[in-house]
Amino acid sequence: MNNVESIIDAVFQGERIQTDAAEILYHNAPLLTLANLADQIRYKKHPNPVVTFVVDRNINYTNVCISRCKFCAFCRPLDHQEAYVISRKDLDHKIQETIDLGGTQILMQGGLHPDLPFSFYVDLLEHIKSHFDIHIHGFSPPEIDHMARISGLTVQKTIQALKKAGLDSIPGGGAEILVDIVRCHVSPNKCNANTWLEIMKTAHDEGLPTSATMMFGHIETPAQMIAHLMKIRELQDQTSGFTAFIPWSFQPKNTHIYLREATAWQYLRVLALSRIVLDNVPNIQASWVTQGDKIGQLALTFGANDLGSTMIEENVVSAAGVKFRLSKEDMIRLIQSAGLQAAQRNCVYEILHWYPL
Amino acid sequence: MILSFKDKRLYAIKEKIETNTRLDHNDGLTLFDTNDLIGVGALADYVRRKRHGNKTYYVYNQHINYTNICKNRCLFCAFARDRHEKGAYMYSVKQVRDILIQNKNDRLKEIHMVGGIHPNAPFEYYLDLLHTIREVRPDIHIKAFTAVEIDHFSSISELSLTETIKALKKAGLNMVPGGGSEVMSNRIHQELFPKKIHWSRWAEVMKAVHAQGITSNATMLYGHIETPSERITHLSQLRKIQDETNGFTAFIPLAFHSENTKLSHIPPTSAYLDLKITAIARLILDNFDHIKAYWVMLGEKLAQIAQTFGADDLDGTIIDEKITHSAGARSSKGLTRDQLINMIRSAGFEPVERDALYQPVRSNP
Repeated sequence: MNNVESIIDAVFQGERIQTDAAEILYHNAPLLTLANLADQIRYKKHPNPVVTFVVDRNINYTNVCISRCKFCAFCRPLDHQEAYVISRKDLDHKIQETIDLGGTQILMQGGLHPDLPFSFYVDLLEHIKSHFDIHIHGFSPPEIDHMARISGLTVQKTIQALKKAGLDSIPGGGAEILVDIVRCHVSPNKCNANTWLEIMKTAHDEGLPTSATMMFGHIETPAQMIAHLMKIRELQDQTSGFTAFIPWSFQPKNTHIYLREATAWQYLRVLALSRIVLDNVPNIQASWVTQGDKIGQLALTFGANDLGSTMIEENVVSAAGVKFRLSKEDMIRLIQSAGLQAAQRNCVYEILHWYPL
Repeated sequence: MILSFKDKRLYAIKEKIETNTRLDHNDGLTLFDTNDLIGVGALADYVRRKRHGNKTYYVYNQHINYTNICKNRCLFCAFARDRHEKGAYMYSVKQVRDILIQNKNDRLKEIHMVGGIHPNAPFEYYLDLLHTIREVRPDIHIKAFTAVEIDHFSSISELSLTETIKALKKAGLNMVPGGGSEVMSNRIHQELFPKKIHWSRWAEVMKAVHAQGITSNATMLYGHIETPSERITHLSQLRKIQDETNGFTAFIPLAFHSENTKLSHIPPTSAYLDLKITAIARLILDNFDHIKAYWVMLGEKLAQIAQTFGADDLDGTIIDEKITHSAGARSSKGLTRDQLINMIRSAGFEPVERDALYQPVRSNP
């Protein structure tokens, strides 16, 4: 079982693809063949030609971060003149604006602040939930790891406390590449691969759905990228707690990794491979934020069935020099001009609104 | 070729392509109608690889737009100005010389020079532009003056079309760019560019150019008010001219950019349409050697992908693109040779540096 055609046949017959075969496909299958395979798997999972998106806003409660990952252009040290922690007034304003624009959730993430106590995060959630009816998708595993450290609680108790205070789901950020030798180089102060996976497992066990991401196109090898996919698949076999997988490419501007950005070609290959490998993850998201609207649209025939979020506000990727914007109307047009039906969803992929073709 | 077509109608077209049977209007309509983008791409990729294998061409070139003053004022144009309007400019021959000298040490292989239809400049001005480029750059290929400009020169010089072309050729013209036909349809001509020459005249000029041994490109401006059927008719017209003259080198689909034009309500073209047009052009234009993915209009990322949707050429370095950027293009204004090579090589293709006439000029490092 070691040539492209026999691998493709096996995948078509529903056989699960293993690491060596995934590597062969990634290196050797023509781009359109990968697309064809990913697209057919997508339609097996989602027979209807529908593409979903969510209307939300990224709120970054602080940019102060002790992690100082080399790929990050957003973080600032505590004493930097651009360092901030969001005020309640700003927070409320941003949430109200989101609701006014038809938004249903906020993606709330921030840096690992050295001085904020655990109560800051709990209070933040309680404050939001007592004032607004909105889904809080927040606190990626490195933040939860950080909160567990500063509170002295176990990961499980930390997640339980956050859930009780109003946390609805957890974003899949901070995964980067789930291989420690890569993490040692690009994000040495961030939680390791096992901790990231354990936090996700605990969240799933506590009934919190999460997404998973992968940031590729920096120093990782294809084998390490595929190892990342395999780790996500393995955990998903145990928990079924991942709602979606979102691969996106490292954006090199304003960071400490001096590389050329991954090409669209590489992005589409990784995206298609993600759909092929992750046979147990229901949704694959296109990353228009890093790829722009054109490749974002094209991703819809390379295995993606979701366009992520309209991102009324986005700060992290734009700090790395990429400033693609997409209104809700643009997003609907993008989906429709690919001959697909657009639908607005909530965080757990329930359809809230259909747009006619 | 590919595993399986999502749209079963594509099998009949595949059969035609594999037996070198020319596609007809209905095949074109099917290709536009289908939602099987990957299937259409695979057909085009098959033809592209049969003709060019793994090679993708690019050119070390520079664009020069000698004036934006234009009396045609097509509705889709954001570049043109009236003579006394703010932002109107016209380069003197000396200014063009200075632009060329600034860049003199480069390994430039092609100058692409087009401009507006200026109401007063005499024919000598255009000949002087050619003389100057030829003087500063004796070995460079000059690709200049669309059929629309050549028609204008013929009228201001009171020379016949053939005499006009001969004079341009003598002054140094090597090749003619493909602009100005937009979409060959009476309806669209009336609605969008009534002051510009009709497409029948465009075809006449191109035939006269080819008759003088000068090759040209051909284009189509898409993504405005045209229908799929009008696009196919346009491609069929080009194919017919090519059957007669064999003078077209490349076909370049031009994605309409509406910002700052009178059609600014029209949204940008989608990636689906961009790639479909590229692929369908490759399939219908069976007598054209090259299909270009013009990165200025597609964006660098999509142009890279277009290499597997039928395109075998990525244009070039360009250096300072003005026309599409005045209509809101978000691509770079120029690319380095390294960037172009990376776009090609990282997609598994083999970069071939060419001159304006598509002759390979050097082996790549």
